[in-house]
Amino acid sequence: MDKILEVKGLSQVYGKGCDLCFASTGPEFETNICPHCGSIVALHDLSFDLYKGEILGIMGESGSGKSTAVKCLYFDQMPVSGSALFFDDSGQKPLFKLNPAQRRSLRNHRFGMVYQNPNLGLNFDISAGGNIAERLLMSQVMNYSEIRERARELLARTEVLTERMDELPKNFSGGMQQRVQIAKALATRPPLLLLDEVTTGLDLSVQAKILDLILEIQSELNTAMIVVTHDLGVIRLLAGRTLVMKYGRVIERGLTDQILEDPQHAYTQQLVASAL
Amino acid sequence: MSNGINFAFLDEYAKREIRRSVIKAICIPGYQVPYSSREMPMGRGFGTGGLQLTLALIGADDTLKVIDQGSDDSVNAVNLRKFIEMTCPGIDTTTHLQEATLIQSRHRIPEQALRADQILVLQVPYPDALVIVEPSEDKRKIMHGEADYSRLLVKLYEDIVKFDEITISHRYPTRINGHYIIDPSPIPRYDVPKLHNSEALILFGAGREKKIYAVPPHCLAEPLAFDDVPFRIEDFTDSHGERRACKLCASQTSFLDEFIDQQGERVYQCSDSDFCEQQQELAHG
Repeated sequence: MDKILEVKGLSQVYGKGCDLCFASTGPEFETNICPHCGSIVALHDLSFDLYKGEILGIMGESGSGKSTAVKCLYFDQMPVSGSALFFDDSGQKPLFKLNPAQRRSLRNHRFGMVYQNPNLGLNFDISAGGNIAERLLMSQVMNYSEIRERARELLARTEVLTERMDELPKNFSGGMQQRVQIAKALATRPPLLLLDEVTTGLDLSVQAKILDLILEIQSELNTAMIVVTHDLGVIRLLAGRTLVMKYGRVIERGLTDQILEDPQHAYTQQLVASAL
Repeated sequence: MSNGINFAFLDEYAKREIRRSVIKAICIPGYQVPYSSREMPMGRGFGTGGLQLTLALIGADDTLKVIDQGSDDSVNAVNLRKFIEMTCPGIDTTTHLQEATLIQSRHRIPEQALRADQILVLQVPYPDALVIVEPSEDKRKIMHGEADYSRLLVKLYEDIVKFDEITISHRYPTRINGHYIIDPSPIPRYDVPKLHNSEALILFGAGREKKIYAVPPHCLAEPLAFDDVPFRIEDFTDSHGERRACKLCASQTSFLDEFIDQQGERVYQCSDSDFCEQQQELAHG
């Protein structure tokens, strides 16, 4: 299988940071706040590989650094250290060494991001179709009817009523907003999709439909995905491999079945046992 | 000068700074060059950007024409002309386009083609076309640098969705030399194609926003549009499908102003008064 992403030693600190930050935080200290300088170690030494068409789950409680990881990969923030190599068709790209224009181009053309809050991923002042058009226009599609056609296709694919494509997303239900966000992320057929808590806050039947949609997309387009969630059900359904995070560190990693059936780390055991 | 005011009101250092900014603006077509924008004896927003450009460029051997919305006689034009005449002894002023070497205008580009030896200065209220989609100037600067105009194009897309056509009537975003998109000041769409491959140098001055930018001669200027929804200018055809004519000079090619006359009738008249008069003189032989 072809590798698509190789992340090595990714670390992120919020605050001014000091030399002792990494040494004095983590699961063994039961904190991610550095006692010496008060900085928050959101992420430390995260490494993983992702292969084409694979879904990798990142699981952990609130504040464990899972969202920070995908935000770094999507250039929403720059990590304090670490590297990530993206294997594009045209060659390897060291993500954190690119200039802003290259970063923007990767973000617009090769990556897709779906946030937990549709507010972050969608522009609520323009129509659902316009949101998708924005991504197409970023990739220099300059034909109006072609843009309309592609937007309609994508919305149909994600089961949003195409009659409502010219409506503002704020008139939509949460589940529909999430679908529009997925359609937007898919507009440029990215090889890598980042999903940050996409089903959190939706009711169960809508959750199931969105998860179905994600699986269909994966098998259809062979998109590699990183799924961030605290929901064991989502992980069980989607992810082939899973990382379990706590206090910014990976405490357990392996095949999803293995982790859910035979958790090794005390925290994972507690997590699996507490699932309803 | 006897009253202690320098020729063209501005001190020589101020003029030099503006000229330097103008040169930079010409070198990077469409790029908004920041400059200091001096205090002028009139409120910002009354054409101080254009005025400072004019004052920095004018010499005693220049002939100046000042236009406000096509007319030489409206308040803004008259006052600016008077001010420049007062502070620049020795210059000539004219209302005839052909005689002018320097033309300062507000909201219109003259009807007739400009020559290579003429400079057109346009007064600009809002220099940045991106201001409608991004409030932060910092971010707009990055967007311009990376030619990231997708959000502006989405605005056009939304217009077509809602109204079946692009509804921007003036300040039509125009891409200069294949990169920067400018706000070409509140000229009507009719005037936008005149920016393209112009013989004359066209300068834009925004006094309040402290920006100078330029469309140099023979430079690409493409109004934003989609491949299958092209840019179009104002439509002056009447209900019978005929192009309306100016009521004074009968021209059927000029940009027309619409107003209601004493009898309550709707009448049309050339917006460019100088062009209209010349057409009338031609007709009367």
